[in-house]
Amino acid sequence: MNKESLKIPISILLSALATFAIGLYGELPWWSFAVANFIIAIAIPLKPWVHFLTGALGVGAIWAGLATGIDAANNHILSTKVASILPLQGSYVLLIVITALVGALVGGFASLTGAYLRKK
Amino acid sequence: MRILPFIASAIVTVGLVSVLNTQLPSGTAKTPKLGYFLSPQHGFWKNAEKIDAGFDASIFAKDLKGKVDVYLDDRLVPHIYADQDEDAYFVQGYLHAKFRLWQMDFQTRVAAGRLSEIAGADKLSIDRFFRRLGMVYGAEQTEKYINDNNPVMKATVDAYTAGVNAYLQQLSPADLPFEYKLMNYAPEAWTPKKTYLFLMFMSYDLTGRSATADLQLTNTRDYLGYDLFEKLYTNQQDSLDPIIPKGTLFAMPSIVPQKPLSADSAYLKKQPPMMAINNYSIPPQAPDKNNGSNNWAVAGSKTKSGRPILCSDPHLGLNLPSLWYEVQITTPTHSTYGASFPGSPAVIIGFNDSLAWGVTNAGRDVLDYYELKFKDSTQKEYWHNGAWQATTNRQEIIKVKDSSDVIENIAMTHWGPAMFDAHYQNPQSKGRNLAVKWTGHNASTGVETFYKLNRAKNFDDYLSAISLWKCPGQNFVFASKSGDIAIKQQGSFIARWDRQGDFIMPGTDSSYDWQGIIPNEENPMMKNPLRGFVSSANQKSVEATYPYYLGTASSFPLYRGISVNKHLAKMSQITPLDMQQLQTDNYNVFAEVARPALVKFIESSKLSYDAQKMVQEMNNWDLYNNENSKGITAFKIIWDSVEYAVWGDELAGAEVPLTKPEAYVLLDQMNKDSNFTVADDIRTKGKVETLKEQVNLGIEKAAIKWKELEKDNQLTWAQFKATRVLHLTKTPALSRFNLPIGGGVNIINATTETHGPSWRMVVHLTDEIEAYGLYPGGQSGNPGSPYYDSFVDTWAAGKYYRLLFLPKDKIKSDSRTKWHIQFSKA
Repeated sequence: MNKESLKIPISILLSALATFAIGLYGELPWWSFAVANFIIAIAIPLKPWVHFLTGALGVGAIWAGLATGIDAANNHILSTKVASILPLQGSYVLLIVITALVGALVGGFASLTGAYLRKK
Repeated sequence: MRILPFIASAIVTVGLVSVLNTQLPSGTAKTPKLGYFLSPQHGFWKNAEKIDAGFDASIFAKDLKGKVDVYLDDRLVPHIYADQDEDAYFVQGYLHAKFRLWQMDFQTRVAAGRLSEIAGADKLSIDRFFRRLGMVYGAEQTEKYINDNNPVMKATVDAYTAGVNAYLQQLSPADLPFEYKLMNYAPEAWTPKKTYLFLMFMSYDLTGRSATADLQLTNTRDYLGYDLFEKLYTNQQDSLDPIIPKGTLFAMPSIVPQKPLSADSAYLKKQPPMMAINNYSIPPQAPDKNNGSNNWAVAGSKTKSGRPILCSDPHLGLNLPSLWYEVQITTPTHSTYGASFPGSPAVIIGFNDSLAWGVTNAGRDVLDYYELKFKDSTQKEYWHNGAWQATTNRQEIIKVKDSSDVIENIAMTHWGPAMFDAHYQNPQSKGRNLAVKWTGHNASTGVETFYKLNRAKNFDDYLSAISLWKCPGQNFVFASKSGDIAIKQQGSFIARWDRQGDFIMPGTDSSYDWQGIIPNEENPMMKNPLRGFVSSANQKSVEATYPYYLGTASSFPLYRGISVNKHLAKMSQITPLDMQQLQTDNYNVFAEVARPALVKFIESSKLSYDAQKMVQEMNNWDLYNNENSKGITAFKIIWDSVEYAVWGDELAGAEVPLTKPEAYVLLDQMNKDSNFTVADDIRTKGKVETLKEQVNLGIEKAAIKWKELEKDNQLTWAQFKATRVLHLTKTPALSRFNLPIGGGVNIINATTETHGPSWRMVVHLTDEIEAYGLYPGGQSGNPGSPYYDSFVDTWAAGKYYRLLFLPKDKIKSDSRTKWHIQFSKA
């Protein structure tokens, strides 16, 4: 194990933690985590497409994890209702997947943008 | 740094965030901001409450004068113990906001004609209707009056307002209630005017039907001619069992209403409209005809315990979140429990440690139209009482989401707003200039009536509290621990001559103006009658010997009152359980008389096989509207179909919707006059149909529907009726459908498709007060909370909860007490 190969798991972890930490401030806009991911990608040298993946995974994982935890503690009451309001046929699983996907996409592209800002 | 890829990626990122941060069009509606909505730390996930959530809290507020303890029981009902009255109302405001914020905000927006602001131009016609009806105007009158004349009420409403705002101030966007996130807007600060707007909305819900009904009735009379009109829309109700029993003598009236000399020609006969306009606006649905209620009180002479029992169940639209919110308020001045309105301080229907009270709608006509003759298109003057009178201009600005403001210029007359004019018409107003006069426009200290009822100790206090009540007129029932029972119909009622106000009145002749408000002492009342009970179920309060006209008979349902009184008269040794069973009784008193009348005309041998089967089902029916009954389904579709066969064509030829005649009119004709000419179908020239032919025709048509229902397996009453409790926005996912409950129109258990007993209460006036109640909803307005609809199934099953009403030292240790919120001065 060397420092190089740790950069990927560290990037994912940082992305997840920063997203979570920023999200604790309810007054900040929901997309603030994109800025954090952007900065992380500038700081850690990795190929841009790798950063897309670490950003997407980091945010996707934390959003999926949070949503799943909240959902379980709520006995799926609200997620089932929302999954009917949105065209998801009442599937709360699909709703969690969509949630994770949305977060992952934003996190991924924000990281990608940051990675391109680094000197080559 | 790779510039081009960076720019491209940046554009995609920013673009993605923007799209996720915008409401996208979806049919006529819009999606929420999807990124915000789906974010687990900001969006709807934040509203998904833990099943085992705790509600303990410690809250500091600078507006409080002292400490307040709130104990929440296992149904999430708050029991408020404060050292000062104002602190109690502060906390009530805070809790109403904490659990029902969106609903309070939304309902007052509707009343204020401000729906377009959040929902767009779709809602403009509803907003224009409410603005022009004078909803905001009325709230302003009340606010001004209370500010100038009633420091105690002002302080009460101010404290309540401060409580709501204290909750609002600590809300971050991530904590907003679900509906705000879904519809993408934010709450605004609460003001006393919003409380008064909420009370205006209740006034509209219970007396505003006239705003549509008067126009419809006028058009119906014009279409049929007065003579036929009198026959089909007779005010005579032979089987009436009035609230104040027949045979009661009334005091000499202090006002003797004078029918104008011109009434027969200028008022009762058809009057051609003065102009024709095609600039139509669709009004909101009129308030439900079934808005009404039951209440009654039985004296100790009829109960097992020797103490009175009082029952009250208001019948309103069934909605989530519920109109009602249970609360207990205890201060050194009083201790009360009951159903409150999120949006207003105090307990509205409930009890205290001395007595109990409840309300049903009086149904009296308190809203009239006057046809205006404007001098010219400026609408600055109108002809009245032999001279040109000046109007003042009232401007109301309607903000519209994604569009420019709409300005309403309303000419104010001595009656009230000129609601319909050259700029505003609907299909029923038919181009007329109409001013509306409504007791809802007058300043009212309605809040004070509840304030005083909460603190009342005896009959005199009750009378004093309700003497302030103006609009909407109600039948206030009362029972005290000391053994008194009473009922009084109280409100600002107009001293009317016969049929005054049923139709649009001529506005040029002052002899049609209101001739006075009936003094309180002349309003119908009964105290401690020999028969041992008082009751009301929206029937006429008095028989025709009463010296004032009440309004059209269609405002006063006949049958529920007959049913209630029949039961109460023969009951004895009554217990609270007996009263619960009475409130949920499904017997159909109307069908009891209508079925035999109908059956007389049925020619079974000539009916089709399906029709015969259906009729048999109706004949075998036990006359109970029970959830599993097919007989009631058969009766209902048969009766509706026969009614349509008899009336339908007669009324279908008009260009505008006409008023349907009451069921008892057809019933009367079936019993008396089998050569009823209206039964003749005017579409079939050269053939005169009889009632018999129309009945059998109606039955054949009903059989078609019966077959369809049979195919879909929807024949039982609960399946057919499909009772539902709808979210205020009618979003299906947030509503409850297909409740297994019986009942219906004319039934004591007045549960229809979307309407019914929105609160059920039974109070046994023992020393500790043994009370039961519930409503079809839940204490939390959050669709993500298990407390959102936790009472619905129990309500549908006809069961009740025992209400917890305890002093502070007892509640702390009660096993049903779960959480404690401590409010302290900051």
